[in-house]
Amino acid sequence: MEKEQERFGGQLVKSSGDTHFGDVMVVGGGISGIQAALDLATSGFRVYLVDKAPAIGGHMAQLDKTFPTNDCSMCIESPKFIECKRHPNIEVMTYTEVDRVKGEAGDFKVTLRKKPTYVDESKCTGCSACVEYCPVKYPDQFNQEISENKAIHIYFDQAIPLVAYVDESCRYLKEKTCTICQGVCKNDAIDFDQRAEEVEVNVGTIILSPGYEPFDPELRTEYRYGEFKNVVTSMDYERLLSSTGPYQGEILRASDKKHPHKIAWIQCVGSRQVLPGGNSYCSGVCCTYAQKQVILTKDHDSEAECTIFHNDIRSYGKDFERFYQRTEKLPGVQFIRSYVSIVKEDPETKNVTIRYSTADDGVKEEVFDMVVLSVGLNPPANVKGLAEIFGIELNSHDFCNVNPFNPMATTRPGIFVSGAFQGPTDIPESVFSASGAGSQAGEFLDYRRGNLAQERTYPSEKDVAAEEPKVGVIVCHCGANIGRVVDVPSVVKYCLTLPNVIYAHEQLFACSTNSAQEITDIVKEKGLNRVVVAACTPRTHEPLFRDTLREAGINQYYYEMANIREHCSWVHSKEKEEATQKAKEIIRMSVARVRGLEPLKEFDLPVNKTALVVGGGLAGMTSALSIANQGHQVHLVEKASELGGMARRIHSTLEGLDIQGFLHDVIGKVYRHPLIRIYHDATIMDVTGYVGNFTSKVEYQGRVTEIKHGAAVIAIGSQVSQPTEYLYGEDERVMTHLELDEKIAQGDEGVTNSESLVMIQCVGCRNADRNYCSRICCSESIKNAIKLKELNPQMDIYILFRDIRTYGFKENYYREAASKEIRFIRYVEDDKPQVEAVKEGGKSVLRVTVTDPILGKKLEIDADAIALAAAVIPSSDSQEISRLFKVSLSPDGFFQEAHVKLRPVDFTAEGIFLCGTAHYPKFISETISQAYGAAGRVLTILANETVVASGSVCEVKEDDCLSCGACIVACTYGAIEFRETPRGRKAVVNPVLCKGDGLCNTKCPTRAISLKHYTFKQVLNQIDAAFPEEEMLQLDKVVANV
Amino acid sequence: MSGVSRQQYATYTKLIRVMCSGTVDLAFVLRAFAKGSDGVFIGGCHLNDCHYNTHGNYHAVNMVSLCKKLMEHLGLNPERLRLESVSAGEGIRFAEIMNDFGKQVKELGPLGQSEGIDKNVLKLKLKAITQLTPYIRVVLNERLNVRFNSIEGYNQFYSSGEFRRLFQELIEDKFAVSQIMLLLREKPLSTGEISEILGLAPTEIARYLNGSANYGLVRYEENQKCFALVD
Repeated sequence: MEKEQERFGGQLVKSSGDTHFGDVMVVGGGISGIQAALDLATSGFRVYLVDKAPAIGGHMAQLDKTFPTNDCSMCIESPKFIECKRHPNIEVMTYTEVDRVKGEAGDFKVTLRKKPTYVDESKCTGCSACVEYCPVKYPDQFNQEISENKAIHIYFDQAIPLVAYVDESCRYLKEKTCTICQGVCKNDAIDFDQRAEEVEVNVGTIILSPGYEPFDPELRTEYRYGEFKNVVTSMDYERLLSSTGPYQGEILRASDKKHPHKIAWIQCVGSRQVLPGGNSYCSGVCCTYAQKQVILTKDHDSEAECTIFHNDIRSYGKDFERFYQRTEKLPGVQFIRSYVSIVKEDPETKNVTIRYSTADDGVKEEVFDMVVLSVGLNPPANVKGLAEIFGIELNSHDFCNVNPFNPMATTRPGIFVSGAFQGPTDIPESVFSASGAGSQAGEFLDYRRGNLAQERTYPSEKDVAAEEPKVGVIVCHCGANIGRVVDVPSVVKYCLTLPNVIYAHEQLFACSTNSAQEITDIVKEKGLNRVVVAACTPRTHEPLFRDTLREAGINQYYYEMANIREHCSWVHSKEKEEATQKAKEIIRMSVARVRGLEPLKEFDLPVNKTALVVGGGLAGMTSALSIANQGHQVHLVEKASELGGMARRIHSTLEGLDIQGFLHDVIGKVYRHPLIRIYHDATIMDVTGYVGNFTSKVEYQGRVTEIKHGAAVIAIGSQVSQPTEYLYGEDERVMTHLELDEKIAQGDEGVTNSESLVMIQCVGCRNADRNYCSRICCSESIKNAIKLKELNPQMDIYILFRDIRTYGFKENYYREAASKEIRFIRYVEDDKPQVEAVKEGGKSVLRVTVTDPILGKKLEIDADAIALAAAVIPSSDSQEISRLFKVSLSPDGFFQEAHVKLRPVDFTAEGIFLCGTAHYPKFISETISQAYGAAGRVLTILANETVVASGSVCEVKEDDCLSCGACIVACTYGAIEFRETPRGRKAVVNPVLCKGDGLCNTKCPTRAISLKHYTFKQVLNQIDAAFPEEEMLQLDKVVANV
Repeated sequence: MSGVSRQQYATYTKLIRVMCSGTVDLAFVLRAFAKGSDGVFIGGCHLNDCHYNTHGNYHAVNMVSLCKKLMEHLGLNPERLRLESVSAGEGIRFAEIMNDFGKQVKELGPLGQSEGIDKNVLKLKLKAITQLTPYIRVVLNERLNVRFNSIEGYNQFYSSGEFRRLFQELIEDKFAVSQIMLLLREKPLSTGEISEILGLAPTEIARYLNGSANYGLVRYEENQKCFALVD
């Protein structure tokens, strides 16, 4: 730190006097920190979001796609950046680090150190003219130093804040010469007098979401990273894949800039290794991200040959198994289970030779064009310093030391943790642990909720409906993204010739803060009443530009986006003239559309501040408690006569924690909570309503009770399947792993005195019928095995498995089990173990026959007991609950979240949330984390007085309605119903239930029903404008031709 | 996704955003053709992967299947209309389809001209069918309200004798009458003249005209030896 101060000129500027006040400080602006900030800000707290990088986004911003859906990572994350930036309750502070923390929970005094960027954020427009002229080239950090950037640059294209910064390679900072950038900056934004600044912020709680650091393979020389040019890390490879990467999405080799055709992935680099420099734990994400990279590589080059050298394949997450199968089935893709060594680099071709061995062929060497090291996740950089600053403890792996029964709590009260700092996690877990940490911060600070929060205020809306359309068109260069291909000035000229267009202008980045302000000003100045921004996609940017209209007092639905980037410059980058022509046509269509748009009202719906939680297991109870602790009434509905769910049957965790004690404690808290009302033996009969205003009917104690609630949590858990093989149900010595767990807890001597016990994994899943992994069984079996070994060290225990999937820190217990001479024997799906009851030496035993993969011959094990790792299956009630709440199930029958990555506890139906094993099998820690997450999401609704519903909903023109009912049949949301009117029975839309899909419109014979903002006329306008000029139907010609 | 991954495709496509493929009205497709489009593409979600819960994409398959039959009836190549399921994640596929469809439409050549239909006759036919769209909607709702689990199911149904019969019964006559009315709106014409323009047998035309006369829509002008609209 001191050294840095020296580099930055040795001066430190205290921020201008006043102390800043907030509720929560989120440290780390990756996806986890972003989620925590957004949730808290939306539920009434003022949040400081601090990131040491020049932009928020974290590692997710660097990824090309995300598994298992292969969504574009930046595309799904960047709208969140904008949301953070525009949220009135979030203060984003980038290039800023925490220096010291004083005080205690409820009253922390955090001193931040804002590093100088030498660019005045309020003046910089992000035009990047300075970048163009800067003479200093420097390895681009964002692109993993594969390509170069300039000393002054923008961190990445979608960065928030979208401003340039100067890094330490700057010639002026080193030698006091140059300042070219100052000369070219039209806004005078570059300020070399900037100094590091100290800012003091008072907050009540802190959430740490510093993320992870990819494992550095240079620590272990045998990987030859940094030595052989064509050995890259998986993070490097993400950038190579990315269209915004070093080679614009071309996968090229560093040595000769040629496309590699034969690529190897080496798994477990830095993970599952008890070696100096390595990590003993499993990083949990590498198997699936490598599969993703293989699929994307094949997308880039269908001829590519891809080989993955792996240990176990850990496809333990939702849909991971299918993703693995999809990868494996691709032509030219091979999975080889082998340890490898990187042998040599060809001095000429720079190809890399890998040595490996297979059971069939023995040791082999093979040459690859490129080798990708699937590096694991390390704790964040400088984690010890971080722990010291915040006064928290770390675990033996230097991740945050968390309580498994509350993985969001650190050892210091008032400081919470989310994301990968808890231990290696993937994106969805980072997101729901963020919502969970948010919920706990909310519990802590509920007394002051809303005190510092602000609502965005807008000027009152002008009524321009009667005015002639006055359209303004802004054409965006998007840096060079559009301008490089499309001749923007000529497009602007063309726009001025279009009907009703009275203003057209170009902007470098229409989305920069300055430009948005400029649009607002122009609208006012020129009296515009409609605006078209010709730029990028409405998916990410529409909310922003609609906002600029609101700022100008114009209804936001008078806005239309013409996408001349994704639909034009990016996809026609080599045909500049045609692209320019097309851009004009796209804008012509948008102008035609905007002329016919109507102002719409979004309406505020009042929120009932009560929650309904369905399921009284650990998930439901945890959620209920967290919601109730934030002052909301909770109705907890449980179908059984006792609370506790599946946890009643589990006695300890793999880590050795006492579940029953914990469960007892939670049940006690639920019963004692004055705001929680419990319904035992209850059944939900009916659910109606919408976000903020649901009504559920519950059958309880012989009568039906009506519950009104604003949000609901579905936490109905899962079940253990009944095995149909291995003599289960026929021989009482064959039991499920859960039954074994119970017998061990009961001290059943029949089990604990066994001489030999066999566990068979993957019973009833990872097969054609249930094509998923139950996630918990490997750890459950290992837990039981270790426990049995403790009770009876003489016992022979065999675990017959397909892949051992002890991801994360659980890997340590796998190693422990192996060291205790618990024998692990791999079997394959086509050659499953056989079990028969036989008599051996007068004793009745269970004979298990399994093929030993190493020796290649059949092994016979005589066991006294067999435990089957029976599949976790969806609850038998899921179909019914899915029907009642109109939420969907995944192909495997678990509940389907709204978005696998970024909305892991939301449903697409607003106001309904999900947690626990109803979502997918998971461990108790994960369930608790997700349950707090669901609570956090519930609070984003219940903490507000109203929810906003979109104005783009359907409407019936009563006069035209023939009451045929075709629209009612089409609407599966039940948003349309008949109502008696003075003029007879007419269809009426309930706008709060209407989702705006508009299917009903095509059913109506008279076009009486129409979707506002996409009316028949509005679409026709756009179709008509797609073609140069209308050719009138000349019937007289038809007739004359005869 | 195509855009984000910079997948290149031909420039002559123009995109119109709708909220669901099921909301693409038959009238939109006809309008695009009437305005001179040589091909119309509708992209929607994969079946059973509806982003709403209405499964409007099934409705889209149904509408497109019928529209193709209408196009055939009009003498247009039904390949000019294509419906494909392309998820938001399938950028590469989208670009491929755009290129493929673009190529196909290019090969088919200008609308009508390649099919040997006079431009104005084509416009007349499109106008006639467009006028019928409210009626066709009812037909889709009531008589062609089919649901199959796969595209093949729809293809089978729409090439079946049952559909053929329904089409004849429900649409062909109405379409012919709609065209005749449009023509007569310009000026009175004889059976022969109408028959020549529409390419239908004079006996057929006579049947339609007699039917319309019975409804009091047209009358025979003895002196001109032709039919005219009843004002």
